[in-house]
Amino acid sequence: MTVAISSLLNRIRVSDSASGPIDAKEYFINMGPQHPATHGVLRLMLKLEGETIREVIPVPGYIHRGIEKIGESVNYRQFVHLTDRMDYLSAMMNNWAVAMGVERATNTVMNDRIEYIRTIFAELERIQSHMLWWGVLGMDLGAFTPFLYGFRDREKITDIFEETVGCRLTMNYIQPGGLMADIHPNFVTRVKEAMAYAKPKIDEYEELLSGNVILQERTKNIGVLSGADAISLGVTGPPLRASGVAYDLRKIEPYGVYDKVEFRTAVGSVGDCWDRYWVRVEEMRQSIGIVEQLIDNIPEGKFMLMKPAKKIIIPEGVYYNAIETARGVLGMVIASDGKSDKPVRIHMRSPNYNNLWAVDSMTRGSRVGDLVANISSLDFVVPDIDR
Amino acid sequence: MSDAITPPEVPASEPPKQDALVTQVIVLGLGAEPYARKADCPAVQVSATQLLPLMTRLRDDAGLAFDMLTAHTVVDRLDANIFELVYYLYSLNHRKRLLVSSSIPRENPVVSTLTPVWKIAEFQEREAYDLFGIQYDNHPDLRRVFLEDDWKGFPLRKDYKDDFMLTHVIEEES
Repeated sequence: MTVAISSLLNRIRVSDSASGPIDAKEYFINMGPQHPATHGVLRLMLKLEGETIREVIPVPGYIHRGIEKIGESVNYRQFVHLTDRMDYLSAMMNNWAVAMGVERATNTVMNDRIEYIRTIFAELERIQSHMLWWGVLGMDLGAFTPFLYGFRDREKITDIFEETVGCRLTMNYIQPGGLMADIHPNFVTRVKEAMAYAKPKIDEYEELLSGNVILQERTKNIGVLSGADAISLGVTGPPLRASGVAYDLRKIEPYGVYDKVEFRTAVGSVGDCWDRYWVRVEEMRQSIGIVEQLIDNIPEGKFMLMKPAKKIIIPEGVYYNAIETARGVLGMVIASDGKSDKPVRIHMRSPNYNNLWAVDSMTRGSRVGDLVANISSLDFVVPDIDR
Repeated sequence: MSDAITPPEVPASEPPKQDALVTQVIVLGLGAEPYARKADCPAVQVSATQLLPLMTRLRDDAGLAFDMLTAHTVVDRLDANIFELVYYLYSLNHRKRLLVSSSIPRENPVVSTLTPVWKIAEFQEREAYDLFGIQYDNHPDLRRVFLEDDWKGFPLRKDYKDDFMLTHVIEEES
């Protein structure tokens, strides 16, 4: 039996005492939790030798809110309102994961109107999330203009959300059984306008940043993650696809109406920061294509199929379902006892928590500046790591 | 309860069919049995001592090739006095999902680590240690993830209590 409980202090001491004379000594330095390049309150302990990184120890937990514990004392409808506080840039996709889990467990089939609207909203969110990421990546790597451009274009989409949903960031719209409200009468025209606006903007992004020699130098062959490593490390989403693994749940296990639309999965070949950059830019184009295919064909129908006053009781068992958010696979495990309308256990397999640990293996041996590029290319949303 | 949404009744006469994937795992002869509870995907259960050999085989066997550990979590079954360990595996080649479950006693929750099989297991297990206090044997770096190192107790256990919890509110409701 060799169960030994360690601590962060212990971990650092053990490494520290192992090195040699003071001028060649490896040392630890804290990056974060208030570092602008960590996109929130993510703390990284860096083991350095000069400026070369020997090890990265992520220390998450600064905004751990115990969402899974709260989930055990609320019912499924109430739990939806906690999920958009996890990955706030994929808020409605998180809502959808819960809604879909509950619907599958209770054998409720949604009508086409609901599925179309959900898919359109999910893709709009993916576009605005990638736009924000693109801007922030530019800023992390020393270009300020992309940040302003990304936010400017993202506003057009958040305006659409505001009309229908009522808010711009942590949106609650998708519920088990349907949607909270019907779409705004202006929705279709506004979405068409926004897509017509966004399409040339993606080309502008390419012109502005993709061809930039500084960006290329700072991303190409930096932070290489092989496909086999990515799979073993549980990496999903754009980083996995950039490593050459064409794993996209929208294609492999289609939910919503993804089986009715045509789109292509962007796959990289090297698995470096540049591939992760390119995959996301291409995903924005594909998402615009998906929205354009769906927006004219929203069928008529009800927007809510379960009476909100009714208790939702999931039969006894363990359930799993997953969706592809902007950052990777969001899985949800529900254990129900079949008697109560509250789960015995609810677990969110968050994409960012599982992607986080790839930072260490992709950064070892490179410089601190490359670490910033790596973190940016993985696109972390820290509340989703901590939950 | 009359207005509750309940699932349609399944006729009890037919015995449940065993999934082909479950049969494929059981014939490996590494102690896997059909899952005793209900699950929405092919599921097996195994004793905690057989977990590591079974998982290694599930990854390496060409006909199964479960190369991804999608999720690992724990369910605290207080009434049965066990922790149920839940592993969701995914095979990219065969596009199949498998649930592997294993139960360990609540008093002595020790199980071998799966870090040698999948790298992500190290971190998913650290989360399970942090929140449930599962002791992973041979784990390379077992320490808390979210909570502070000197935190007392494991918050996701059903019998967990601390001074900050609004326990009186929960008791009044129930």
